Amino acid sequence: MRYLARRLLLTIPVLIGVLTLVFALIHFIPGDPVQAMLGETAAPKDVEELRHRLGLDAPLTTQYVRFMRGVAHGDLGRSLRTGQSVVSSIAERLPATAELALAAVALAVVIAIPLGVVAAVRRGSWIDHAAMVAALAGVSVPGFWLGPLLAFFFSVELGWLPVSGRGSWAHLVLPALSLGAALAAVLARMTRATLLEELSQPYVQAVRAKGASPARVVVRHALRNSLIPVVTLLGLQFGAVLTGTVVTETVFAWPGIGRLLIQSIGFRDYPMVQGCILFIAVTYVTVNLVTDLVYGTLDPRIRYE
Amino acid sequence: MTRLGVWLVGVVLVAGLLGPMVLPLDPVAQELPLRLAGPSWSHPFGLDELGRDILARLLAGARVSLLVGMVVVSVSVTVGVTLGAIAGYAGGIVDDAISRVIDVLLAFPGLLLAIALVAVLGPSLAHVVLALSLIGWVGYARLVRGHVLRAREWDYVQAARALGASTPRILLRHILPSALPAVSVQATLGMGAAILSEASLSFLGLGVQPPSPSWGTMLNNGRVHLLDAPHLTLFPGVAIALLVLGFNFLGDGLRDRLDPHTTPQAN
Repeated sequence: MRYLARRLLLTIPVLIGVLTLVFALIHFIPGDPVQAMLGETAAPKDVEELRHRLGLDAPLTTQYVRFMRGVAHGDLGRSLRTGQSVVSSIAERLPATAELALAAVALAVVIAIPLGVVAAVRRGSWIDHAAMVAALAGVSVPGFWLGPLLAFFFSVELGWLPVSGRGSWAHLVLPALSLGAALAAVLARMTRATLLEELSQPYVQAVRAKGASPARVVVRHALRNSLIPVVTLLGLQFGAVLTGTVVTETVFAWPGIGRLLIQSIGFRDYPMVQGCILFIAVTYVTVNLVTDLVYGTLDPRIRYE
Repeated sequence: MTRLGVWLVGVVLVAGLLGPMVLPLDPVAQELPLRLAGPSWSHPFGLDELGRDILARLLAGARVSLLVGMVVVSVSVTVGVTLGAIAGYAGGIVDDAISRVIDVLLAFPGLLLAIALVAVLGPSLAHVVLALSLIGWVGYARLVRGHVLRAREWDYVQAARALGASTPRILLRHILPSALPAVSVQATLGMGAAILSEASLSFLGLGVQPPSPSWGTMLNNGRVHLLDAPHLTLFPGVAIALLVLGFNFLGDGLRDRLDPHTTPQAN
C-alpha cells in the first residue's frame, strides 16, 4: 500500500511537468501564434478576436492557471476548424485508436513470445539465428513502409483484406500487423534473453534433475519468471505503439486520434493539436504507472526505497 | 552481424558522399514525359511522379539521413553527457532539477514531442534536427547520471579527490572515460533511431520539404502510386530499412564487445 501511494505521488510532478510543457507548446510558435493559426492574410479584427477567444491576450500566469483549471475540469478548449469541443473530438476517436493499439499489442505478444522461446530453447541453431535476424529487421523496417507493402500484397495482389478504413475485423489485421511488428521484434529479443538467463538458474537444474519434461521445465518454470521483465518492457514500449498509431492511422486512413493529430497539424488547429498531444502523453504516463504497479505485484522483491 | 552492420553503413556512407560525383544525375531535374517510368539502363531505379531520377534522389537523400543522424547524435551526446555528469556528480538540488526535466521529457512517448515541436515551429529540416536533439539528449543524460552516481564512490575517484583534483578533472579524466563504451553503443543505436525518426517526420509531411529529397518524403509521395509504380515506394523503403538495420547490427555488435555484462549468447 505504501508502495502504491509512493508511486502515485511520484507521478504527480511528472504530470504537472507534462501539462506545463503542453501549455508552453503554443508559445513556441515563432512570432505571433494567432497570426500563424489564421495565416498572414488574416484581418487584424479576426486576429484580435481569436486571441481573445483563446485567452492569449491575458497575462501568462493567468493563461497557465486557466489551462490547468480547464484540464482539471476536462475542458481542453474548442477546435478552431470545427468549433467542436476538443475533448469530445478525442473521445469520438478513442475507440478506434484503442482498438488498433490493443490489437497490435496482442498480435505482437502472440508472435513474439513463442518466437523468443523457440530461439532460446534452440540456442545457436538456424531457427535462433533466423528469429533474431527477423527481430532486428522488425525493429529496422519503418512502419510507414511495412504498411503499404502489406496492403499491396494482401489487399491488392491477393485481395484477402481491405486496403484501408475501419469496420470489420478484417480492416484491423493489416494496421495491427504493421504497428505491432516492431514491438514483436523487441519482445522476442527480450523473451529470448531473459529465458536464457532463467534456464541457467539452479532452480531450473533442480527441476530437470527431478525428471520434469523439457516442455514443463520451460513453460511451467523458466518462462513464468522470464516474463516479468517482458511485461515491464511491454508497458514501456506502449509509448512507441501510441506514437506508432500516428503513422499507422495515416497510412491506413484509420479514424483515430493519431490521424486527427496529423490532420489538425495540417489545419493549424493548435487547440486540437495540444489536446491530442496531452491525451497521448497522459495515457503513456498512466500506462507506465500501471506497469510499475503490476511489476511490483508480479515480483514482490521490487519495492521503491 | 557487426561486420554486416559495418558494410551496410559503409556502403550508404560511400554512396552518399561519392555517389553524386560518380553519377552526375540531378535529383531535382524533371523529365515529365517519362514520369513513373520503371527501372531502365539510363535510370536504374526508375523515375518518380515528376520524372525525377530515383537513384539520384536516393543518393541525395542518403546525405540528408546521415547528416540528420550525425548532428542529432552529436548534439544529444554533448548535452546529455554534460547534464548527466553534472547531475550525477553534484547531487542535491542540481540533480533533482535535471532529473525532473528528464522525467517529464521521458513522459512523452517516442516521437510525439518531436511531432508537437515541429508542428508548432513549422516543417523544415532544421526544426526536425532541433526537435530530435531536444528529446535525444535525455537517454544519454540518464545513462551517464547513473554511471557517475556509481563511479564517484570508486576508490580511485576518491583518491583523486583526496589528492586535490578539481571536479572537471575528476569527471573528464577519471569518470567519463569509463562511461564511453555504453555511450558509444547508445550513440550507434541512436543514429539508426534518428534516421528513422527523420524519415517518419518527413513521411508525415513535417520534415524535409520538397523539392529537397528525403527518403521519408519519397515514400510518402510514392504511396499514392503503389499500384501503378511500386518502385517509388520500394527503393526508399529498402534504403531506410538497410541503413537502420546496419546501425542496429553495429550497435548490437559493439554492445557485445564493449559491455562485460552481456554476452553474445544472452542477446
